[in-house]
Amino acid sequence: MTATAAIHTSETCLLRPGNTNCGGCGMSVGLTMLGRALRAADETCTLVIPACCGIVTAGAFPTTSYGVPTIATTFASSPAVASGVATIRDLNDEPGQVICWAGDGGTYDIGLATLSAAAERDENIIYICYDNEIYGNTGGQRSSATPAGARTTTTPLGKIEGKKDIMSIMAAHRIPYAATLSIAHPDDFAHKLSTALSTKGMRFLLLHSPCPTGWKSEPEDSIALVRLAVASGLFPVYEVFNGATYRISVKPDGTDPAEYFHRQRRFDDDEIDVDAARRACSDRIQRLQALAEQFPALQSH
Amino acid sequence: MPLQVVTGNHAAGYALSVAGEANRTARGVACGIYPITPQTEIVEYVARFPFSKGRVVPVESEHSAMAVSMGASMSGARSFTASSSNGLAYMAENIMVAGYYRLPIVMVAVNRTLGPPWNIWADQGDTLMLRDFAWLQFYCETNQEVLDTTLLAFKLAEDPRILLPALTCMDAFIVSHTQTETELPEQADVDRYLPNLDLPHRLHYDEARTLGGLAWPHEGLSMRLELEEAMKRVPEVYQECRESFNDVFGRDPGDMIQTFATDDAELILITSGTIATTVREVVRQRRNAGEKVGLVKLKMFRPFPGAALRDACKSAARVAVLDRNYAAGAGGIFCQDTRSAFQGHRNDVLIQNYLTGLCGGDVTPEVIDDILSDLRSRSAAGDPMWMGIDSGEETLQ
Ligand SMILES: Cc1ncc(C[n+]2csc(CCOP(=O)(O)OP(=O)(O)O)c2C)c(N)n1
Ligand code: SF4
Ligand SMILES: [Mg+2]
Repeated sequence: MTATAAIHTSETCLLRPGNTNCGGCGMSVGLTMLGRALRAADETCTLVIPACCGIVTAGAFPTTSYGVPTIATTFASSPAVASGVATIRDLNDEPGQVICWAGDGGTYDIGLATLSAAAERDENIIYICYDNEIYGNTGGQRSSATPAGARTTTTPLGKIEGKKDIMSIMAAHRIPYAATLSIAHPDDFAHKLSTALSTKGMRFLLLHSPCPTGWKSEPEDSIALVRLAVASGLFPVYEVFNGATYRISVKPDGTDPAEYFHRQRRFDDDEIDVDAARRACSDRIQRLQALAEQFPALQSH
Repeated sequence: MPLQVVTGNHAAGYALSVAGEANRTARGVACGIYPITPQTEIVEYVARFPFSKGRVVPVESEHSAMAVSMGASMSGARSFTASSSNGLAYMAENIMVAGYYRLPIVMVAVNRTLGPPWNIWADQGDTLMLRDFAWLQFYCETNQEVLDTTLLAFKLAEDPRILLPALTCMDAFIVSHTQTETELPEQADVDRYLPNLDLPHRLHYDEARTLGGLAWPHEGLSMRLELEEAMKRVPEVYQECRESFNDVFGRDPGDMIQTFATDDAELILITSGTIATTVREVVRQRRNAGEKVGLVKLKMFRPFPGAALRDACKSAARVAVLDRNYAAGAGGIFCQDTRSAFQGHRNDVLIQNYLTGLCGGDVTPEVIDDILSDLRSRSAAGDPMWMGIDSGEETLQ
């Protein structure tokens, strides 16, 4: 058995049972899908995880819920630590992906400069941001990924500012591959992971990650909610190659975002400006469609 | 061995580079680098060094520089970086983490004043603010000592009985930018001195181990105890590293604490870095005049060599500690540790603190004269004395 295969025996997997994630957490599904994609590609990985719920997932020393080598880093540092790990991997011709698994706080906020620098250097790493639109680990404060209207412990009346467009920021670095992922679209998820795994250099994946605890939603609604987000255009799933060409993976179908808001108690039905959200969705979709038409990703990945 | 006229920064850059190169038949070397005056030439040096198996990553901040070095080190490579002043303050979070991760990273620090006011000159406040992290700390006096201590630091840090990162410090400009004759060792000798790094807790791509996750209090406590044991082993392992250095390079890199004329000294001045050069000269003159004065240079500050220090001062009734650093609200940092080293062992020694050379001020022989007069005239220790301050009375009148 090769060393790579050893990771994928039936006793081992990327996310082991018995981890500490809340019920309905998007991370649990996302990590499982990531593990499957790695197995399908006969690849292994080292996870590099900053301060966030994702490192609590590991549980307490000396046990761990991660079935792969895993490093906990400081909040802002995962892409820089990953740069060091990937460098030594490459200098020693070793197999395996180096994958950052980071929250939106570590990505959009405190770690943005570190991430931007790693992207500019085109480090040979995969960076996955599981975006639950909140600081989950510290009990639910706003981040720059929190959407307008959402109540958090630091925006008790609902956030005024809208969500930062991290995908445009990453695409502007002209990295080889950037894509958004939804756990409601597992085939698309698998396809994008396989594209990412077969691409070299900096790859950025943004996963919309439901968080019943922070979203004040029902755990069993998690998948339905992120499906609504894709269909309505709140969180479109698409790919950007080299910051130049675009492909929309699942066409939004005009679903009204109202239900998405209604099913989460972080949004106040009486306060949320659904019309503004509808306009933002249609602007977002139009802009993406224009990009995908004018700069289509022709190559089949 | 070739003797060259180089700056302290050049000596440091050379030492880091040849140490990294010496790991080329193992897992190689990688580091993150970021410039800051007066350290910049060090990172420029390593950036142009033709490593056989290595990569220097020019990152966007000191915080990331240490992060890249940690990633490399956790992967079993040799690693290092360099910084100074605000750079160290910005890097502090990851400096702390590297220590508790027990990663044998060597960092050269050029001691520079923390601002404001903006000031690029020598002051040890920057590295001393890191004193309670799990790093070894060495303060050097000359370019040669910077080079030798940096090489020795790798051997000590990587020793399986220690496994702790190490800081080698030098005074801004006085050492970093002053050219002196320095022996730069051949790569082949450095290869002999620094064997391939084999980090026991490094990551393996096919081993599912989580580094740095949560640990309950009793586990955390046992890790702190292991750290304490490693710190206690440093003096002994240091001597081994010093001896083997002498064997390979034919030169003594110097002891953890270095004494001059202390054997029968009644007054002893304790200091570090380049202030020691001036004090040594004053002590030499006073000895010629028959005065029983001596010098103790503290090269190692972490772990604090308390026993060796007490031993070096055994003949003295009065001790002056000269600090080129100031812990606001508490005084000089070397003095605080000196006092705690004596407490309970020898309570009859008068230990007086003198703050001198702060923010890059010159510490002249006249300042040392003033310190000796003050120390001699005292009946008890008092508040830290601020030396070399022109009271400005004449101009104020
Ligand atoms: C430098 C620093 N500041 C603050 C914290 C506290 N902290 C830990 S996790 C976290 C929020 C993480 O949010 P996110 O990245 O979105 O991940 P999530 O918890 O939502 O999974 C914060 C503020 C920290 N660990 N380090
Ligand atoms: S707080 Fe949210 S992100 Fe964190 S584990 Fe719970 S559901 Fe998942
Ligand atoms: Mg989050």
